[in-house]
Amino acid sequence: MRLRKGLFAAAALAAVVGFAATGEAKTFRYATTGDILGLDPHANNEGPTNTMKGNIYGRLVHRQPDLSLEPDLATEWNRLDDTTWRFKLREGVTFHNGNPFTADDVVYSFKRQTQEASEMSFALASVEDITKVGEHEVEITTKGPDPILLLNLPNFYIVDQEFMEENNAFEVVRGAGKTNFANLNANGTGPFRLQEWVQDNRLVVVPFEDYWGKDQLMTNVTEAVFTPIPNDATRVAALLSGEIDLMYPVPLQDVQRLDQDPNVEVVQGPELRTIFLGMDQWRDELLDMPGSGKNPFKDVRVRKAFAHAIDLKAIQRVVMRGASTPTGLMIAPGINGFQEDMNTPYAYDPELSKKLMAEAGYPDGFPVTFDCPNDRYVNDEAICTAIVPMLERIGVDVTLNAQTKSLHFNKIGRAEGNNTSFYMLGWTPGSYDALNVLQNIITLGEEGSGQGAWNSGRYSNERVEELHDLIAVTVDEDERNALIREAFQIHKDEVGHLPLHQQALAWGVRTDTIEEVIQRPFNDVDLRYVVMK
Amino acid sequence: MFAFIVQRLFQAILVMLVVGIISFALFRFTGDPVNNMLGPEATIEQREALRERLGLNDSVPVQFINFIGNAAKGEFGLSYRVGKPVEELIATTLPATIELVFVSALMALLIGVPMGVYTGLKRHAALSRVFLTVSLIGISLPTFVIGILMILIFGVWLGWLPTFGRQGVVDLGVWQTGLLTLQGWSHLIMPAFTLALFQLTLIMRLVRAEMLEVQRTDYIKFAKARGLRNRAINYGHALKNTLVPVITIMGLQVGSLLAFSIITETVFAWPGMGRLFLQAIQFVDIPVMSSYLMLMAFFFVMINLTVDLLYYAVDPRLRAETLGGAAH
Repeated sequence: MRLRKGLFAAAALAAVVGFAATGEAKTFRYATTGDILGLDPHANNEGPTNTMKGNIYGRLVHRQPDLSLEPDLATEWNRLDDTTWRFKLREGVTFHNGNPFTADDVVYSFKRQTQEASEMSFALASVEDITKVGEHEVEITTKGPDPILLLNLPNFYIVDQEFMEENNAFEVVRGAGKTNFANLNANGTGPFRLQEWVQDNRLVVVPFEDYWGKDQLMTNVTEAVFTPIPNDATRVAALLSGEIDLMYPVPLQDVQRLDQDPNVEVVQGPELRTIFLGMDQWRDELLDMPGSGKNPFKDVRVRKAFAHAIDLKAIQRVVMRGASTPTGLMIAPGINGFQEDMNTPYAYDPELSKKLMAEAGYPDGFPVTFDCPNDRYVNDEAICTAIVPMLERIGVDVTLNAQTKSLHFNKIGRAEGNNTSFYMLGWTPGSYDALNVLQNIITLGEEGSGQGAWNSGRYSNERVEELHDLIAVTVDEDERNALIREAFQIHKDEVGHLPLHQQALAWGVRTDTIEEVIQRPFNDVDLRYVVMK
Repeated sequence: MFAFIVQRLFQAILVMLVVGIISFALFRFTGDPVNNMLGPEATIEQREALRERLGLNDSVPVQFINFIGNAAKGEFGLSYRVGKPVEELIATTLPATIELVFVSALMALLIGVPMGVYTGLKRHAALSRVFLTVSLIGISLPTFVIGILMILIFGVWLGWLPTFGRQGVVDLGVWQTGLLTLQGWSHLIMPAFTLALFQLTLIMRLVRAEMLEVQRTDYIKFAKARGLRNRAINYGHALKNTLVPVITIMGLQVGSLLAFSIITETVFAWPGMGRLFLQAIQFVDIPVMSSYLMLMAFFFVMINLTVDLLYYAVDPRLRAETLGGAAH
């Protein structure tokens, strides 16, 4: 009898839950491949995790869908001199637990985010200190002139000092050590507050009643349920059956099928990540040509030959099914420093390639191993497989080595001393500024400086190195842009890397439940911009 | 009997140790967790510091001994991926997997055995042929294809069942069960059946073959000659004697149900241990991987122990031997 009672109670509960979902409430259900890594805003730097943090936590400035900045917790700011900034903070803001937001929270968040274990410390790398000027005013001093300070601030998450200290959660804990309280609980000033998080199952947020900008919010969602669904087919099925309202990424082969469904629309747009190939330009002898004493990639003619041998349009048409934008530049449109007129890809011309190869002294080509990930970018292995015969056409004997991302990045990265001759990589500049790409991909800097961390072919040009240092400290916008332009021009003339394309974002959206959703180019769902019917 | 169980428990520890050693030796080939934990923009120093903190710079035997030492104290470490204690992650995912495996094993038995008996007794009936043909499909289609087909039919076309996840869960304190609500069952039924299908057809074919075999034995003929009723012969004598191999196979299969649940859980986004393990592999989450493998080793040994004990219950000859009454 007791069991039956339990059953009835449970059935009644289920009925109530079902009713609530179909009633006036506007529940937004969405899914992507994996769960967030944790709620600690300062621990992980990973796409889906950052998005969720952005729904829950406030920043000084917020990045809008068109990549422009708008005030969030800071209402206005001005530069006192090259290295000092004043920020006026918004008054009357409260955290989800009711604590008031003050300058102390900003100072505390700065200290917390810049500790060594924080993966988000990159956003504040140029900041020397943040000090309290008044109850609602702070001063930021930078280590040198920093033209892109503001661009980095959307990655500076503000936590509540009192809440963190009460729970002894100052330290960012990763992997080893005790459980991190901040990773399991959240208390921000953002428009949504955490209601429930069951690892790998669902994460539920609801609107925060006392959000300062409640009146300006576009969204009308009353509850948002985030579910990780790792399997592509299941994710597509869940969307088709109407159990979820939005999901991403849509597998390229399913785009057409989903578009045929009258209640589903696939929203596509370019992503900010640029996929490119790199070549070993530092070893005196190519890894695949032991004993020869030669490294063909050191010859710019060989690099040019490669550039003209790869048919980007064919890759776009066949491998990417149209869902990519071939590119001639290492940064995508929308990134600060993008040069529209330089974005034309190298022309596809295998005859020219053969001529260049012959001129360089390799009429019969040479052997090379092509390192490629197979689970990182959209159709990464298929792209590499398509490139192999294109290069074989000009005589190069390519051996494809496609493997899982953790092994691939180890091999081409510094961990194994850039153990590669020819590789694929993709990069989104975290600051949305060209400097980030110059710093990580296109220059080397001094040994041990951490610069050139993913310049796996170790391309280096003296003038570009100089330009990088200048761009880092030039505050005048036009002057800075001219320097960026010069750096990219040299890199392009020398064929430092081979840019391939920006892959397209593809979201599956149910048009019968969703009125409007704005897609940001970072492939994430900012709940501020979701409107339900 | 008691000595037998103790001996088996010692074997379990040995098996777990061996599994642990082998898995630790293999972890090197899954890649470097630091790459996944730190973003691409982390500096070389940050990477090195994290490696040191995680103890990844130690040699493999030292890492293994540290793991065993901590495990003996009940500490299995923190997941690299989500920063939660491994025992907590396993405690939240174990009920989901156990319920899934339990329900599908029951399905396999309750549907498979009667179907096997029927096809064994009525070899030429039309229904038997249908069963056999369908079972061929069950045995030859891979699990994930069946899962996706079921999702397509019952979830998308008919819209009867939810396509993913586990909801309608009731918290009983230490155990979160989905078996008490309709919603819970609606989420469970498709993954459970998908997982059960292979075992179901296997059991059906096994029971059928055994039944055919037993029908030809002398004691069944004598039983018939004595004029016993068919019902008593078929179920009282024949079926009982077919069960020893069924139990063996079922024992082995429960183990593989646990293993196959990795695929089923991924297809249905079922928040169980298999999915936890798969994600751990992708992330090179060593604490989760090692704990999962050791736990699985323990389960396998325990299942086999249970199977051995069940033999005693089913086969009187074994009981006689241990009592010392066997005379050859």
